[in-house]
Amino acid sequence: MSRPFTFTDPQRARALADAILLLAPPEPVKIVHVCGTHEVVITQHGLRRFLPEQVEILEGPGCPVCVTSTRDIDLAVRLAQTGRTVCTFGDMTRVPGTRKTLEDAHAGGADVRTVLSASEAATIARRSDREVVFFAVGFETTAPMTAAILLDRPPPNLSVLVAHKRIPPAMVALLLLPGAGVSGYLAPGHVSTIIGLAPYEVLPREHGIPVVVGGFEPLDVLYAIALILRQRRDRSPIVENAYPRAVSEEGNQKAQAMVAEVFEPTDSSWRGIGTIPSSGLALREGFSLFDARERFGLEGEEGEEVALGCRCAQVLTARATPDDCPLFAGRCTPLTPVGPCMVGGEGACSIWFRYGGRPRL
Amino acid sequence: MTGENERISSLHGAGGERMGQLLREHVTRRFRRRFAGRIGLDQLDDGATIDLPSGGEVVITTDSHVVKPIFFPGGDIGRLAACGTLNDLAVMGARPLALTLGLILEEGFAIADLERILDSLDQALSEVGAALVTGDTKVMGHGELDGIVINTTGVGVATPRAIGDASLSVGDVVLVTGTIGDHGMALLALRQEFHLTTTLQSDVAPIWLLVERALAVGGVRAMKDPTRGGLAAALNEMARKSKTTVELEEAAIPVRDQARGLGDLLGISPFDVANEGKAILIVAPARADAVLALLRSHPLGQDAARIGEITTEYPGRVILRTQVGGRRFLEMPLGDPVPRIC
Repeated sequence: MSRPFTFTDPQRARALADAILLLAPPEPVKIVHVCGTHEVVITQHGLRRFLPEQVEILEGPGCPVCVTSTRDIDLAVRLAQTGRTVCTFGDMTRVPGTRKTLEDAHAGGADVRTVLSASEAATIARRSDREVVFFAVGFETTAPMTAAILLDRPPPNLSVLVAHKRIPPAMVALLLLPGAGVSGYLAPGHVSTIIGLAPYEVLPREHGIPVVVGGFEPLDVLYAIALILRQRRDRSPIVENAYPRAVSEEGNQKAQAMVAEVFEPTDSSWRGIGTIPSSGLALREGFSLFDARERFGLEGEEGEEVALGCRCAQVLTARATPDDCPLFAGRCTPLTPVGPCMVGGEGACSIWFRYGGRPRL
Repeated sequence: MTGENERISSLHGAGGERMGQLLREHVTRRFRRRFAGRIGLDQLDDGATIDLPSGGEVVITTDSHVVKPIFFPGGDIGRLAACGTLNDLAVMGARPLALTLGLILEEGFAIADLERILDSLDQALSEVGAALVTGDTKVMGHGELDGIVINTTGVGVATPRAIGDASLSVGDVVLVTGTIGDHGMALLALRQEFHLTTTLQSDVAPIWLLVERALAVGGVRAMKDPTRGGLAAALNEMARKSKTTVELEEAAIPVRDQARGLGDLLGISPFDVANEGKAILIVAPARADAVLALLRSHPLGQDAARIGEITTEYPGRVILRTQVGGRRFLEMPLGDPVPRIC
């Protein structure tokens, strides 16, 4: 049962906490991360306890199912209700659209399948004589998988409802949002293994914002926070890689090439933020045959983004913490989610609910 | 709030928040007489007591078992059905005397499998010297249930009095009798969609002899077996009932490497899943070391550990001091993430 606790070593954590204390300025600092897994690490290990009062770290638009627009969900629900098999990742089926979730559609008799990967959707299509739609959500980490199935002789009855999003444009957009007040970014380790460091360069260069790519062990996160504070102290914002054991400067070029072959950047609507230029992916001309929007004539029927009865939009943009919302853990729980932040395993509200995430307990 | 469309969901049987709600709102209050002794239906303890005119208390408990698969690494539904009930008696401080057996079988179920299950049930009973004294058998049509359902009711005697799960006092010490999460994680690994293999085995075992040792030392104020919902559910329940705070040291909680690894991989905490051969003991501080030493001298208790203490900071809550030195609430799991495991 003994094992080396390299990444949870309390002495090293203490040393990093001391460094954070020395590097922290007297004024408030808001560090934003954009990855649900970072929030899990921070909350599960109670890391906020290590930060001085004026330093806070919050989740921004880092939960892919949470930022998926209600319009895209409505399209998926409609496809499911009109006789198509809709495949998507588990959490996505429980996120509310305008009126319904995919799970509701399923309960009403529609064929909605939960898959663990894009290739599972292709397998389902190969074994089915129905039209099968893969509702493709997720950031740069899942887009290569969607590209892969389209590059590998996809079955003719398969199509893709693309809702993939790109993280760096959202990080820029968040800076321009009133009240966000971002002091520095803890950039997502997983996404960065794919895209490398270059896409973040715009943040320090044009906006003076420190960016540190961090890993997912408690010490990784504390170390990255210390580096962000050091950049601020030295007034020398750059993109720094604090996760070199997984992230290289150039990223995964094979995955990048696959994504570039299948997709092109497009404007995309984010729940809580609105439309962000070049923040989404659309299928290129050569793959339009597999575009569910084209195959089923879905363009031009999009409704308005609906407001939910909760503060999800603020939580998704790091302008509120989950317990700022009056519905948190009362009317809104993972069993009865009002907003998507309480649905997804990567949503801040669901993570705080699971891990008792009050800061500085 | 009984909506017309309210239906039983699998979460209602998962031992977490949702199950407690079902019992409180829809089940227990339908019965007019809920006590035959000191501890009855309202306490939702591991069992109930019946007063004996001659002193001492009879403890009675019942448990139904459905598990998939019925044979699993480290045990089967027979051993589980025996241990679930025997251990509910044990953690109330009662020596198990006799069990009843209710069998519901699906048409087509292999008799060889049934015999294997019953032999394993008998083996568990014999490990603590309890008898199987009466029973009932029903067969249902093919497809009307999944193989086999077993109900066991157990009777034991506690002298002088049974031990509840709510008498926690500030300063008391929290002990566990061994590694946490083995049963739940072992069964989770068997779920086909994960494609996992592990050497982890269920811990299913009757713990009366182990508990009896601890009771002989004295100072045991409360006990509970952390089955569905695991350590987190059991301790939250105890904290709520006693309006105290349970404060735990994560690094002190014994967890096997395989269980920890599976938990990391699946994003499910070993603290949230079932144990079937473990007990939590709340012990007066002066007796804690002696109880721990005796627990460790028994084969079922060799990994026993002191994992925390009772404080007052947040009444009704469980606090976890994390390995790395952080601090957070350990929440009541909403439901066991593993369907049909006990």
